[in-house]
Amino acid sequence: MDGAAENGPVPLYRDEAVVLRTQKLGEADRIVTLLTRRHGRVRAVAKGVRRTGSRFGARVEPFTQVDLQLHEGRSLDTVTQAETIAPYGERIASDYGRYTAGTAVLETAERLTAEEREPSLRLYLLVVAALRSLAEGEHTPTLVLDAFILRALAIAGYEPSLDGCARCGEPGPHRYFAVAAGGLVCAEHRPGGAATASPPAVALLNALLTGDWTVADVAADGTQREASGLVAAYLQWHIERGLRSLRLVER
Amino acid sequence: MYEGAVQDLIDELGRLPGVGPKSAQRIAFYLLAADPVDVRRLVTALTEVKDKVRFCTVCGNVSEEDMCRVCRDPRRDLSVICVVEEPKDVVAIEKTREFRGRYHVLGGAISPIDGVGPDDLRIRELMARLADGDVTELILATDPNLEGEATATYLARLVKPLGLRVTRLASGLPVGGDLEYADEVTLGRAFEGRRAIDI
Ligand SMILES: [Zn+2]
Repeated sequence: MDGAAENGPVPLYRDEAVVLRTQKLGEADRIVTLLTRRHGRVRAVAKGVRRTGSRFGARVEPFTQVDLQLHEGRSLDTVTQAETIAPYGERIASDYGRYTAGTAVLETAERLTAEEREPSLRLYLLVVAALRSLAEGEHTPTLVLDAFILRALAIAGYEPSLDGCARCGEPGPHRYFAVAAGGLVCAEHRPGGAATASPPAVALLNALLTGDWTVADVAADGTQREASGLVAAYLQWHIERGLRSLRLVER
Repeated sequence: MYEGAVQDLIDELGRLPGVGPKSAQRIAFYLLAADPVDVRRLVTALTEVKDKVRFCTVCGNVSEEDMCRVCRDPRRDLSVICVVEEPKDVVAIEKTREFRGRYHVLGGAISPIDGVGPDDLRIRELMARLADGDVTELILATDPNLEGEATATYLARLVKPLGLRVTRLASGLPVGGDLEYADEVTLGRAFEGRRAIDI
């Protein structure tokens, strides 16, 4: 770091980012919410991008991975340059199941970065991997989403206990899933209202958390739905308000 | 903060889309200095738009009667429906004089992150219009941005069993942009070169 950087914010900086959300601003601008590689979540104005002939309108669309130059502002930064690294949006928007699962990935990432400008390289890389997987159609979109949510929560410090009892550590397998307790619990520590989790659903959750796709890809539809329900309940517990896009994910 | 009426006006203006606090203040002081006759004309325009204008019962476009001007026009081609997000898109397409069919205004695009799903748009009404069998082509003219594309994808899949010709405006439109900002020539060309969607 040179002296200027220590004395005050550097007005111009460069970073790569995934566009999480866009909102219309005024006549032709947008506010874009970005998850950057080195600066965490950042909100910036992209000027004139809704007009014909905008230099970088297509590059600041949701799901796009971009290389950006930003001008630091008091409340909002301004995008001054944008080059596409990977245009995942096109292939995600061309399939409704991918689009709804992908949107839930973006909203989860936004909600798990409570503070702006708090770097989280691991979350950034996880988002990029999830979008790439959705764009390439490698796996069922909802499985990609559930794997993303579990791993993103793990990065945030909320990794669910999927083997030993979350309360006493007694080795599994256990049949009860208690979101407040932090995952599977033994019969003794089962709180009232704990959900039951079938052995195949527990196996699927483990596969999704560890990235064992040979197991995850062949899970039965009913097992996938059960696991999705547990993942959704676990996520909702750890974020303040419900996720808007989760209700609209095509199952 | 200003006193009473002035601050009330600034607050109200500040709630309009695209009007920030600074603009609201500027407009408020412009109105304060303006000729009372001009201001009264504005007030009348505001009142009348709420009293007179409704939404067309057929297509959802703004209208002063039960049906909008396009839907009432017997010369319009009943076999083609062009799906758009907002009434302002109807205006943009009408300017091109390229399209002789009728419209269907969705009232937005599918945007799960904003909590807007298919049930929040006028999609059920569209399906009801398609059920009577007069329509043979559906043109999906949602905005050329991500949400518009996803909405078009959803609709194309939804109407596939009906066996219609489903088309999307050809490229050349600004990606990431709003349809309303496309100039007439570009938009006209995009209409002419529309291509079938295969789902
Ligand atoms: Zn009409």
